[in-house]
Amino acid sequence: MSTQQTGLRDPLARARGLGSAKAGVGHWWVQRITATALIALGLWFVCTVIALLGSDFEQARAALAEPWNAVLMIVFVCTAFWHAQLGLQVVIEDYVHTRWKEVVLTVGIRFLAILLSLAGSLAVLRVAFAG
Amino acid sequence: MAQTQTVRPISPHLGIYRWQVQMVTSILHRATGIALSVGLLVVTWGLLALASGDEAWGLFTACASSVIGIILLVGWSWAFFYHLCNGIRHLLQDAGMGFRIEQFVRSSWMSIILSLVLTVLAWIWVWQGGVA
Repeated sequence: MSTQQTGLRDPLARARGLGSAKAGVGHWWVQRITATALIALGLWFVCTVIALLGSDFEQARAALAEPWNAVLMIVFVCTAFWHAQLGLQVVIEDYVHTRWKEVVLTVGIRFLAILLSLAGSLAVLRVAFAG
Repeated sequence: MAQTQTVRPISPHLGIYRWQVQMVTSILHRATGIALSVGLLVVTWGLLALASGDEAWGLFTACASSVIGIILLVGWSWAFFYHLCNGIRHLLQDAGMGFRIEQFVRSSWMSIILSLVLTVLAWIWVWQGGVA
């Protein structure tokens, strides 16, 4: 039983030098920055997709190859994966209490987010540069 | 892990709370966030299909315009508009606005209702444009 504990930190954690990883504020802030960007990017994405409904393969490619569409699509995909990774990390930290599963899931989702951001970006560039 | 006997603050369990709309908006924000993360996989699939060729794109659009595809897209569109509306609500709260209880209740209902209205409007636009 701890008798003279003042803060929320466990004395053992204090002795081991555990505690804040000093990354919490960065996570919180980037989540808000990406959220703010995604207000505009998300609305742009939904409007672009709806406007493109009914177009065939060549028309869809031509639309995505437009410089601004290509740039915004890459920015949208990367920002959305970044925001998703940050959000899913919090969900995992809240609900997955077995340490190794938590680490595997968090790192796995981070890898997947980076991989798919790059894959999506490369796909857009291929369409954009195909002419 | 060594078990240490430490007195930690305990938060009340979900089960003892009376139902309130702020609780629903909070849970929905997470649920729609997870759903939208899955939706991003579909977005990536679409981009890769468009880059790889006519056949892959044909398969993607066939899946998207199937009955199950449309049902999922309606779900994802609502998830998007809900996460958008409630996300803006959270950003305003982060800026220190709307912290009185009645404001919390009102803004919660606004997120829910506005997301439904926007979803309906978006699908009216889709319907007007004519799905291929």
